[in-house]
Amino acid sequence: MRREIPLIITGVVGVGFLIQYFIPHAPFSYMSDWFSDWFSIVGACAIVLGALNLLKISAQKAIKRKKDWVYSLVIIASFLLIVIVGLLEGKDFRVAGTNFDWLYNYMYIPLSATMFAILAFFVASASYRAFRARNFEATLLLVAAFFVMLGRVPVGDVISNFMPEGWRLSNLASWVMNYPQSAGQRAIMIGIGLGIVSTSLRVILGIERSHIGGGK
Amino acid sequence: MIRLPANLDRKACAAFFVALFSLFLLVPGARSQDAAAVVDSIIQAVNPDSLPPELYPQAVTNVEVKDTPNDAGKSISISWEKSVDDYENGKVKVYRIYRSEIVDGQPSEYKEVGDIPAGLDEYSFQDGNTVDGLEYSYKVMAVNYLRENNITAWEAVSVTVPLGPIKSSAQWFDWRRINAFIGVILLSFFIVYYIQQAKSGKDLFIRKIAGMEAVDEAVGRATEMGKKIFYVPGLSDMDNMQTIASINILGRVAELSATYETYIDVPVCRSMVMITAKEVVKEAYSKAGRPDAFQEDQVHYLTDDQFGYAAGIDGMVVREKPATIFYMGTFYAESLILAETGNSIGAIQIAGTAMPSQLPFFVAACDYTLIGEELFAASAYLSKEPKLIGSVKGQDVGKGIMLAAIVIGIILETFNIWHFSRIFSVID
Repeated sequence: MRREIPLIITGVVGVGFLIQYFIPHAPFSYMSDWFSDWFSIVGACAIVLGALNLLKISAQKAIKRKKDWVYSLVIIASFLLIVIVGLLEGKDFRVAGTNFDWLYNYMYIPLSATMFAILAFFVASASYRAFRARNFEATLLLVAAFFVMLGRVPVGDVISNFMPEGWRLSNLASWVMNYPQSAGQRAIMIGIGLGIVSTSLRVILGIERSHIGGGK
Repeated sequence: MIRLPANLDRKACAAFFVALFSLFLLVPGARSQDAAAVVDSIIQAVNPDSLPPELYPQAVTNVEVKDTPNDAGKSISISWEKSVDDYENGKVKVYRIYRSEIVDGQPSEYKEVGDIPAGLDEYSFQDGNTVDGLEYSYKVMAVNYLRENNITAWEAVSVTVPLGPIKSSAQWFDWRRINAFIGVILLSFFIVYYIQQAKSGKDLFIRKIAGMEAVDEAVGRATEMGKKIFYVPGLSDMDNMQTIASINILGRVAELSATYETYIDVPVCRSMVMITAKEVVKEAYSKAGRPDAFQEDQVHYLTDDQFGYAAGIDGMVVREKPATIFYMGTFYAESLILAETGNSIGAIQIAGTAMPSQLPFFVAACDYTLIGEELFAASAYLSKEPKLIGSVKGQDVGKGIMLAAIVIGIILETFNIWHFSRIFSVID
C-alpha cells in the first residue's frame, strides 16, 4: 500500500488536472486554484524541514570539525542572524529602515549581485571554447555570433553605414534571431511539449514510478 | 465650446423629435433599435430641456447579448456595431453599458456596469460580475458630453432598447481547446499503443542518447578516481515536470552509483525536492543491495535563493572536486555559473534541461547535454524497461506527425492557404 496510495493519488490528480483544462464548469474550474493553494501550504510547511536539515548538517560538521567546518559556522551564524533580526522586527520586518531591511539591502542584495556579475566572466570563457573554429558547425556558430553581437551594439550600424537600409548589421542580427534562431528554438519547444505529455502520461498511468522510489 | 441656443424650449425639442421619429417611420429599414434609441435619448439627457437635437449621437446598431461561451459562468458578453456618429471628433465620446436584473418578469433599475471609450472599429464588453441563473437585461448607451475642468456641462445620450432576458451559465467543454484535446487523445493513443507493443515483447528501436550512454562512463570514472558524484536537480519545485524527470533520472544514477559504491551528493534548493530525492536515493541504494551505504545527509538542502544555491554548489565543487557532475532539471542564469565552475575543476559534466535559453550554456560548458525532450526520455532510456521505452516510441510518433504537419503547413502558407495553420492555434 505504501506504493499504491501515492500512485492512486497521482493518477486521480493527474486526470483531474487534464480534465480541468478542457472543462470550465465547476468543480473543475476551481481545481487548479485548489491544488496550487495546497501545494503552497505543503511547500510552506516543508521549508521548515529544509531549514532544519541545513542547520543539522552544518552543526554536525562544525561539532565534528570536519573538513571546511568554518564555512558551516558561517552558515549557522548567518541563518540565526537573519532569523532572529526578522523575528525581533515583527510583522513590519520588511519596512524600510528596519535592521532586517538593512541586512537585506546591504548584505543579501550585494551578495546576489556579485554572484550574478560573475556570469559575465563565465560567458567570456565559455564563448572562447564554444566559438573556436574547429569544424564547419563551430565556424558557422562563430560567424553568426560575431554578426549578432556586433549588430546588437551601436557600433555595428556605424561600421555598416555604407550598406543600404535594411542590410546593415543590426538588420542582419535581427534576421538571425527572428528566423534561424526562432526556428531552432521552436523545434526544441515542440519536442519539450511532447516530452512533457509523454512523461505526464507515464506518471499518471503509474508506468513511471522512479519519483516515488519505485520502478524497475 | 458649443453654445446652446437660448430660445430652445421643451415643446420645440419634443416637436422636433416627433418629426424625426415620423421620418424614421417612413424610411424602410431605419426603424427598430435606432428609433427606440432616439425616443429614449430624450429621457436620458442630463439637461433635456436645453439641448439641441444635433448634439444627440445616433444609437448603436446590431447589439448582441449572449452568455459568454467556453467559460466558467458568471459572465455575459455584449457586442455592438458602432454608432454612425463614432468617428474622430464625432458625437460619440464613450459607450456605457447598463444592466438590470429581471425580477418577476420586470426589469429593475438599470445600473452602469462598464464603459468603453469611442474610437474603436469593433466593440464588445464582458460583464464578468453576473450571478448564474439570474435573468438580466442590458442597454448600450452612446454618449456625447462636454466637460470643462472635470465638470460635465451636458450629456446627450442615445440608448438601445432593452436587450434580454439573458442568463449566464458555465459550460461543460471549452470548444476553443478542441484541437488540443484531439492532440492529447492522439498522442496518448500512440503512447499507450506502443506501450502495449513493448509489453507484448516487440523489440522497439529508439536512437542512442549520447548523454545517457555516458552515464556509466561518468559514474565509473568517479569510482576509479575515488571521488564524489554531484547531482544538481535544478531550481524548480516538485510541481515542475522537469524536476520530476530529473528525480526519475536521479533514481537510476543513484542506483548505479550505489552499485559502484560511489558517493552521490545531492544538494537541493527546495524542501519538497529534498524529501522526494531522499526517498528516491534511499530506495535506489536498497535496490542496489546497499541500504547500509545510504547516508541521510547525502541529499541536503542549501537554500531557496537562486544565486545563494549557485554559490553554495560552486563552493562545494571547488572544495570537494567531484569527478562527475549531473545538472538535470530547470535552470536559469545560474546554469553557466555552475557549469563553468565544474568545467574549471575538470569534472565530467552531463546536463539536461528543457529551458531553451540555457541549453547553449550547457552545450558550451558540459561534456554532454540532453536537449529538451531527451531529458524526459532519459529515465526510460536508462531503465531499458519495455513499457517506458514504448512510451518514448509513442512520443517519437507524435513528433513525426508534428513534423509532417509543419511541412504541410509551410507549403500551404507559401501558397496563401491559411486554414490549415489555424487548426493548430492554441489559447492559454
